[in-house]
Amino acid sequence: MITAIVNISLKAGVLDSQGKAVHHALNSLHFSGVDDVRVGKQIVLKLSTDDKEKAMSDVEKMCEEILANTVIEDYEIELV
Amino acid sequence: MTKVTILQFPGTNCEYDTEHAFKKLGAQTEIVWHKSESIPTDTNLLVVAGGFSYGDYLRSGAIAKFSPVMKAVSEYAKNGGKVLGICNGFQVLTEAGLLPGALMRNDGLHFISKHHHLKVANNNNIFLEKLNKGDVLNIPIAHHDGNYFIDSEGLQELHDNNQILLNYTDKDGNIKNPNGSVESIAGICNKEKNIFGLMPHPERAMELLLGSDDGVKMLEGFLES
Repeated sequence: MITAIVNISLKAGVLDSQGKAVHHALNSLHFSGVDDVRVGKQIVLKLSTDDKEKAMSDVEKMCEEILANTVIEDYEIELV
Repeated sequence: MTKVTILQFPGTNCEYDTEHAFKKLGAQTEIVWHKSESIPTDTNLLVVAGGFSYGDYLRSGAIAKFSPVMKAVSEYAKNGGKVLGICNGFQVLTEAGLLPGALMRNDGLHFISKHHHLKVANNNNIFLEKLNKGDVLNIPIAHHDGNYFIDSEGLQELHDNNQILLNYTDKDGNIKNPNGSVESIAGICNKEKNIFGLMPHPERAMELLLGSDDGVKMLEGFLES
């Protein structure tokens, strides 16, 4: 069994309002030294296959079709 | 009689308001559940109504695009059928790739529910031809994800083809952006100009007693041509 971890974040250049709000909150709490914050989401998939190549190509398809909206989001896939 | 077909997904909540509004204007209406694999053949206008299809899970409109009825919607649109997406309907149409761009979380992060003015940016299309360019309408908005995004290339294309139909403004028609949308865009159409998506709710602006009847002018136009 392979577990796929998909990290989805807004593309560079797309304003991340949530990241900005969190950054502001951190500053208010006196956590200095944070230059930038980006908020994303993580989707964890348990796959029945043991074939890493197949797993990667399947999950890429899933990302393109539904998990991410590639107009505004980038995704990264990690297999463990 | 003009026939308006209104789509209903789990979580849609504006289908009955939309039905009421179009009935008031003399149209025949039918609400179609998303499991249907076809839409009535006598449909003159297909509306993807507002609400929170599938609870906005993953992204607004992301799950609805895989409902059985969406294949029929794509075909209907491809054959030149007139499709209107209001609010969540707009989000569903962008997720389905029938309209360009995407709708992100409002830049202020708050859900916004209030009357807002809109200016007609282009009227050389079947939807707004009864209105004049520059007309200002007072129509409610109610959304969390209304922040319209498109990359600069796509934006140029929208301009070149007169696909930007509505901008958020103040009552005098000066740009006033409630949610961070690129160029204060409130509504766009596709290149072929038979699919129109907008975040504001014209079906909620049908009675002066309730704040505005500017929706009447807009919806009347959708029933013609």
